[in-house]
Amino acid sequence: MANEDYEPTIVAFTCTWCTYLAADLAGTSRMGYPANLRIIRAMCSGRIDPQFVLSAFQWGADGVLIGGCHPGDCHYQEGNYKALRRFKLLKKLAAELGIEDERLRLEWISASEADKFRDVVNDMVEKLRRLGPRSQAQPLPEAVPAPAPEEAVHA
Amino acid sequence: MPKPKVGLYWCASCGGCEEAVVDLAEKILDVVAAVDIVFWPVALDFKKEDVEAMADGEMVAAFINGAVRLSEQEEMVNLLRRKAQYVIAFGSCAHLGGIPGLASLFDRESIFQYVYGQAPTVAPTDVRPQTQVTVPEGELKLPEFWDKVRALDQVIDVDYYLPGCPPTPKVIANALTALLEGKLPAKGAVLASSRALCYECERNATKPEKPSLTDIKRVWEVIADPDTCLLAQGIICLGPVTRGGCDAQCVKGNMPCTGCFGPLDRVHDFGAKGLSAIASLFASNDEAELEKLADKIPDVTGTFYRYSLPASFLFKSRAALKGDGQ
Amino acid sequence: MTTKITVDPITRLEGHGRIEIFLNDSGDVDRAYFVIPELRGFEKFAVGRRAEDMPQITSRICGVCPTAHHMASTKALDDLFHIEPPPAAVKIRELLYSMFMLEDHALHFYFLGGPDFIVGPKAPKAERNILGVIGKVGVEVAGQVIAMRKELRELIAYLGGKVIHPVFGLPGGVAKGVQKEDQERFVKAAESGVDFALFTLKAFHDLVLANKEYVDLILSEAYTHKTYYMGLVDEQNRENFYEGMIRVVGPDGKEFERFKVQDYVEHVAEHVEPWTYVKFMFLKNVGWTGFEDGEKSGVYSVAPLARLNAADGLATPKAQEAYEEYLQTLGGKPVHQTLANHWARVVEMVYAAERFLELARDPEITSTEIRRIPTATPTTGAGVVEAPRGTLIHQYDTDERGILTRANLIVATQGNAARIAMSVDKAAKALVHNGNVDDGLLNMVEMAFRAYDPCHACATHALPGQMPLIVSLRDAQGNVIRELVRGE
Repeated sequence: MANEDYEPTIVAFTCTWCTYLAADLAGTSRMGYPANLRIIRAMCSGRIDPQFVLSAFQWGADGVLIGGCHPGDCHYQEGNYKALRRFKLLKKLAAELGIEDERLRLEWISASEADKFRDVVNDMVEKLRRLGPRSQAQPLPEAVPAPAPEEAVHA
Repeated sequence: MPKPKVGLYWCASCGGCEEAVVDLAEKILDVVAAVDIVFWPVALDFKKEDVEAMADGEMVAAFINGAVRLSEQEEMVNLLRRKAQYVIAFGSCAHLGGIPGLASLFDRESIFQYVYGQAPTVAPTDVRPQTQVTVPEGELKLPEFWDKVRALDQVIDVDYYLPGCPPTPKVIANALTALLEGKLPAKGAVLASSRALCYECERNATKPEKPSLTDIKRVWEVIADPDTCLLAQGIICLGPVTRGGCDAQCVKGNMPCTGCFGPLDRVHDFGAKGLSAIASLFASNDEAELEKLADKIPDVTGTFYRYSLPASFLFKSRAALKGDGQ
Repeated sequence: MTTKITVDPITRLEGHGRIEIFLNDSGDVDRAYFVIPELRGFEKFAVGRRAEDMPQITSRICGVCPTAHHMASTKALDDLFHIEPPPAAVKIRELLYSMFMLEDHALHFYFLGGPDFIVGPKAPKAERNILGVIGKVGVEVAGQVIAMRKELRELIAYLGGKVIHPVFGLPGGVAKGVQKEDQERFVKAAESGVDFALFTLKAFHDLVLANKEYVDLILSEAYTHKTYYMGLVDEQNRENFYEGMIRVVGPDGKEFERFKVQDYVEHVAEHVEPWTYVKFMFLKNVGWTGFEDGEKSGVYSVAPLARLNAADGLATPKAQEAYEEYLQTLGGKPVHQTLANHWARVVEMVYAAERFLELARDPEITSTEIRRIPTATPTTGAGVVEAPRGTLIHQYDTDERGILTRANLIVATQGNAARIAMSVDKAAKALVHNGNVDDGLLNMVEMAFRAYDPCHACATHALPGQMPLIVSLRDAQGNVIRELVRGE
């Protein structure tokens, strides 16, 4: 589907207190992770407005990753729960609009989980590489499968 | 002193915006006393050639409703843009793409196959409408379809927006007055309230400080209490994220707001904001329970993007512009 | 080489359209085509939507007759969810619908088609409109017309939330009822409505029927077609806008078919032409033979003229009186003169007003039993109403969650689409000679469609999408000698 040189672009919205630190730790620990990532740091995963996610896709992101603290560990108590709630509806919207499941991902990654960060990124890049670029021109699949055509008698 | 000239036109429209103008009722007599309507196909016999004959900028304002999805509409709005000093996007379709914008969910091929092939009443045929046809007497043309539906400002420069499906007579009257008195706000303004609908709603006092959705009800599953906030009853109402100005008519009809006035200032993607706000109210932190709640909204697109799909981030991209989007 | 006259856009109707008149060398009309260049795709983007959203989504097919779509859709939902609304809800729906029929017909008479007669078919372009009507009837009368419509529309909004795109429709009932203390307002409005309808009928007599030139025009061959006619009727074959059986009578006036909406697929079909986006309805059991009159042609007609042909009477007294006078003057049923649609429409205003009054006075409309909650799993459902502009059918299939998997809409003006095309062609041929046209003459060609009060946003709700382009080259005999195909 995609050509040999295709490299997906992933925008990663990370919270300051957990996932961003994990990414930082991965870097300082010299764990290699693919350069496909563009990290945008927010204070909390609860700050991630679904508008950001869709805008990222509009600007050409092939995938969007949201990273936050584990449930119960949010620096602001509830923020990551809000992110989770929004993500549920956003995922449904994405499915309806033909955005493949692998392109939108939410992960809980704590500050010490640099290895998890690296693994998630590797996995996502690999899957997106196989999927190919996200293009507006791709015809959207039917939201609901169409019924079988009537038995037509052609004149 | 000759009266200022205005024109009204409809693109992929239902005519409801025209009716909204007629609903000015007796005020329409004041309007025609103040302006000269020089083009309005629903009510007046002026033709396209009459518009073409005008000087550029001869009309003070052109009110254009309907979404743009045919080449003919694109031509007309470009023509009107030249002939008018101000262009006002009138109604949800021109403002955000409107309900016809939902057609952008489907590609032309599958739509075509259904309408002229698979629909149960279509007599079997290979004939399809064509952009150019030779009939025994000569040539006939039909406009081309663009691949996606577009809001008006995705085609021409728009000066102001009158939101709503349709805009209410009050909103229209206020805008006309502002135009004629030279008191329009900065270019690009949406000419309605700058606060969310909840502020105008009679049920606002019954809206909880922190609305919480423990269950979501579809409108046919419950009989809504006519005096209590609909969100508090578990019915999805987009009042909190929708621009006010309509006096919450739908809620007065005991049905929820579906967002036709569009977003508040500084919100770019109404559907995304709407789903964000409603999702934030889900009363659970448990993944499985949240999944169940989300399933009670089986059509997220239709619920949150009913009027605004073409204006959303995913559809407003360069590929949504003229052509096949290839 | 033929020359072509184009009327673009057609005006004083709902929707888009163009008339293309091809002239031969002597300046007479070879053929006039009525081209509808608009489409949006409702039947397709309905797929994936919640069933309960359909009344509000489909009402956006037309902002002039949104209540018709909303009501047909709501009735389809009743069928879909296998639920019957309580009697009070049925009455409230019909009450609302009667108000709607009255005000929409009034809109056409005073704003859209009426100006052609009230001001004159060849009056200057700038006067052939509501403003010219106001000039003719006077500001006081105009004020009364405006006030009547305003009151009716406010009452529709009372029940429907909004008047343009109302929200009242639910499977099993309506969202809002009539408060006891407000019933009086409905009754008063209905009484005014009856007066208003009778006033309009009198205006029609004074302004149109008293004018010999107009009467000749109405009776002229140029504006006459003999087709089948369709309308909703009750068990006594009286016209009913809200419910009933779909009845079709032939050009001879005899009943041809009578069926319930759920069986519509066996009775009506759609024909496609390459030069327009609208699909032309025809009777399946007769067949499509072309744009032709007669009992062998499946072309039929809908809306006021057709309804008064399909029915044997009207259910309210003053309307029945008006109906009998109408038939007597025009020589009995079936009435084939297209321009008589204007008269039939005013007769229907009287029925709508009287029916409104009957229901406004009914004590049951203030009942609070206005909803039943569906419990059955939705499957498929069809609903029919008489829209102002003709028989309107909505049919939906859904999955078990009530999400649409398919929609089929047979929309009023489609039922007139073939006859309209024929009317425009015939009128153009009768009126245009030696290449002489002027604005007034072309308006008289437009009058041929305007009588039907067409709604093209309705008629073309569908979207064909990507058209393979086929260019057919024909010789002088019309045989295709070469075909170029792109994008199949």
